[in-house]
Amino acid sequence: MDKKNLKAWLYLLPAILFLGAFMVYPLIDVLIYSAEEGYNSASQTYFGVGLYNYSYVLHDPYFLQAVKNTFILVIITVPVSTGLALLISLGLNSIKKLRNLFQTIYFLPYVTNTLAVGLVFMILFKKNAYTDGLVNLTLQIFGAGPIDFIDGPYAAKMFVLCFYTVWVVLPFKILILTSALASVNQDYYNAARVDATPKWRIFTRITLPMISPMLFYLIITGFIGAFKAYSDAVALFGTDLNAAGMNTIVGYVYDMLYGDSGGFPSYASAAALILFAIVLTITCINLMISKKHVHY
Amino acid sequence: MKVVLQNLTKRFPNSNRKIHQDVIAVNDFSFEIPDGKLIGLLGPSGCGKSTTLNLISGLEKPTSGRIFFGEDDVTELPPENRGVGLVFQNYALYPHLTVLQNIMFPLGNLKGAQKLSKEAMREKAFEAAKLVQIEGLMDRKPSEMSGGQQQRVAIARALVKMPRILLLDEPLSNLDARLRLQTREEIKRIQRETGITTVFVTHDQEEAMSISDMIVVMKEGVIQQIGAPQEVYDEPKNLFVAKFLGTPPINVFSGELRENRLWIGGEAILETRPLPDQKVKIAIRPEGFIPNENGALTLDLVGVEVMGRDTTVVSRHPDCENVEIRSIISSEDRLSVAPPKVCFDIKPYKTFVFDPESEERIAFVKEDMNG
Amino acid sequence: MNKNTQYGTIERNAKIRKTVFRVIVYFLLAFWAFMVLFPFYWMILSSIKSYSSYNSEYIPKFFTDSPTLQNYFDAFGAVSLGRYFLNTFLFTVITTAIMIFVIVLAAFAFSRLDFRGKNLVFTLFLALMMIPNELVIITNFQTITNLGLRNTFLGLILPSVTSVFYIYLLKENFEQIPDELYKAAKVDGTSDLKYLLRVMIPICRPTLITVTILKVIECWNSYVWPRLITDDEAYYLVSNGIQEIRENGFGRENIPAMMAAVVVISVPLIVLFLIFHKKIMAGVSRGGTKG
Repeated sequence: MDKKNLKAWLYLLPAILFLGAFMVYPLIDVLIYSAEEGYNSASQTYFGVGLYNYSYVLHDPYFLQAVKNTFILVIITVPVSTGLALLISLGLNSIKKLRNLFQTIYFLPYVTNTLAVGLVFMILFKKNAYTDGLVNLTLQIFGAGPIDFIDGPYAAKMFVLCFYTVWVVLPFKILILTSALASVNQDYYNAARVDATPKWRIFTRITLPMISPMLFYLIITGFIGAFKAYSDAVALFGTDLNAAGMNTIVGYVYDMLYGDSGGFPSYASAAALILFAIVLTITCINLMISKKHVHY
Repeated sequence: MKVVLQNLTKRFPNSNRKIHQDVIAVNDFSFEIPDGKLIGLLGPSGCGKSTTLNLISGLEKPTSGRIFFGEDDVTELPPENRGVGLVFQNYALYPHLTVLQNIMFPLGNLKGAQKLSKEAMREKAFEAAKLVQIEGLMDRKPSEMSGGQQQRVAIARALVKMPRILLLDEPLSNLDARLRLQTREEIKRIQRETGITTVFVTHDQEEAMSISDMIVVMKEGVIQQIGAPQEVYDEPKNLFVAKFLGTPPINVFSGELRENRLWIGGEAILETRPLPDQKVKIAIRPEGFIPNENGALTLDLVGVEVMGRDTTVVSRHPDCENVEIRSIISSEDRLSVAPPKVCFDIKPYKTFVFDPESEERIAFVKEDMNG
Repeated sequence: MNKNTQYGTIERNAKIRKTVFRVIVYFLLAFWAFMVLFPFYWMILSSIKSYSSYNSEYIPKFFTDSPTLQNYFDAFGAVSLGRYFLNTFLFTVITTAIMIFVIVLAAFAFSRLDFRGKNLVFTLFLALMMIPNELVIITNFQTITNLGLRNTFLGLILPSVTSVFYIYLLKENFEQIPDELYKAAKVDGTSDLKYLLRVMIPICRPTLITVTILKVIECWNSYVWPRLITDDEAYYLVSNGIQEIRENGFGRENIPAMMAAVVVISVPLIVLFLIFHKKIMAGVSRGGTKG
């Protein structure tokens, strides 16, 4: 019996070691960090224990800006991307020809490097000395003036960020929803058709309830993912997000940790824990709503 | 509502892309379903019976041919405008709706002048539920019900909008044997009560024979025979129909027509009307054997199974296609068995003769032998 | 007859509606396909325009008469793109290999072996799934820095070689293998390790391939951790390299060369995807969580 136990633990050893060192210990540590006031990275000393770090972070205009940016991003991209993915998946499901081709194309952004393709979006939207950029030139056809999407007004920058985020997250959602739709037994639709059910009623009374578990799964993961937005913003606006006014909460955490404004792991920890609390709350609310609306 | 199918043909592109020839699921199908009858479409799986049903419902469009409901040509009409009720093999009940909501679902689709109030819809739903005797289960979800109950809900849902035609796709195949017997009687009763023209599809010949007013036997998309069940059983047009109907299956021998007699092996079993000599297939129903010590046909006895009022004699013969010949005789008949042989006389009207090439039936019975 | 003509209208309307609907659907789908593909087209196009012709086009042209590969030479010459490439490749391969090793052993222990405390440990593992990376990365950064592992492969790799989610996925898959196989193997005197290697891994290959694919994509595109842990160009991964190019460029803002770099670092995964697109899509829909 003992030998058996030993062997099992031996198999688990690598996983436990790595998880212990890089997940469990940090988890405890981050709580400690967040409570250590005036921690100094260089000397590894601090003067006291308390909630000062949280208070500092919550009063930091950069953090508040990051929270605002993140919330706007979440509120716009989650519904838009989910709705768009649903629309595209419904379209994909209603055709036969070219379906595989479209599916493959739509999935392409999933396998591309967010940073790299972000650069392409940047040059498409950017206005510089040589050119107004392709998007602006297109806008001019419709009579809209050139807007600097990358260094210009806040709304324009937010638009690009949301647009790019949607572009990046859609492949996964389309994939999941397409397979969810395809797994609905065709007989339900046939039964509904024979009963002369209008298209809209089929959608709301049959399709939506049938795919609701997957839809809620996507909404929940979509919220979590959007709250953690960071590299999309870096790709578009560069690493100094605070200067661009486009920082996100995760970006704020990293900036506090490292780089020109870094060296404050305590503030970073407090900010990360605040983010975690927000995400946890939203996820719980989501789960409660989904319990009510997912039918089986 | 009378339904007329005229030269109906449905081709599908071959699922194996290398073969460019289309699959013909239904081939030149013409047939009239009389008003208010229960019709069984019968055939082995893949014979095109479900496709025929889908053509009637409009879920599939025929490659050629016309479909009429009464006098109206509905060939191009989409399913939602045809007013048919369809019961699926797996019932296709909406899992997230209760029984009541499921049954009310088709009523919610009515538009304009036909639109019903909530109360009227409830009332109609309960009427339909009463017809199939599930009015006590209206608040359950499909997952909380047995297969038989789900089946009833599915029928109620199809009936609630008073369809012009009711279509049932393998309605009993997901039920266990006892429930199947019970439900098929139920279907018969519901059809009688409502008087709705009903077409149902099955591969189970017993099921089709027991409840249909009329059966249509199909093979590879082609109608083999149409008629009242007993009529088709008694007068099969070809070997396929003869073999497909009846349990235990008909016994098929390779034999010969010679000198106006039917020969199996070296024995002449029956006299025939004047016919040219040729090789033939001879099919004898299990109940077509009369035990007789000096009978015309001699078989190698394998065993005797007595089951209540019937006795099954199991035997073999080198010229028989079936591995074992099963003949059913009344238990009261004295069977004089002289193992290893057993002898029978053959009833001419339980015996059918077919051309071995075309497998079409050859009428052989002499006038005076009838009955 | 009157009824017949009415049917005619219904039929015609149904047909028209169907055609219109179909046209709209194809149009919308094609539109989004265009939105997806256009950035790729644009990056390839820009990467083969010469520096001078790119900058002289106030209205960018949608094609180029004189394609050049000069930008690619610039991209590899002016910055050590080759180096980033090699780093990323090594990082991806080593991380994925170690991770597979770790999760296979753990999943095997959870699914096949009986030991005291198994349920408790597994529950703890599951609880860890809820912990976001952002929370632990702070301490990991400190740990790696204190260990003096900044700007080393070890520092890059160590924190990313376990995944509770993949252990869970694999364990579920392992458990679907019938017990009889294990018993049969035991009767034949097969050792646990041999059973794992000869029976379980081959049977669960599809899941392992899924996990590998997902991990490779994740590694190839990882940005945050490498950025925190490396400031020496010799250890940059492609994501950091591309960011470096963006911030400090090629001495001047050379967009064609930048696009050439973008093409180069995007190509491996896209090629991989085009070859294995069915497997990758099936894998992601089973175990993907990005979004």
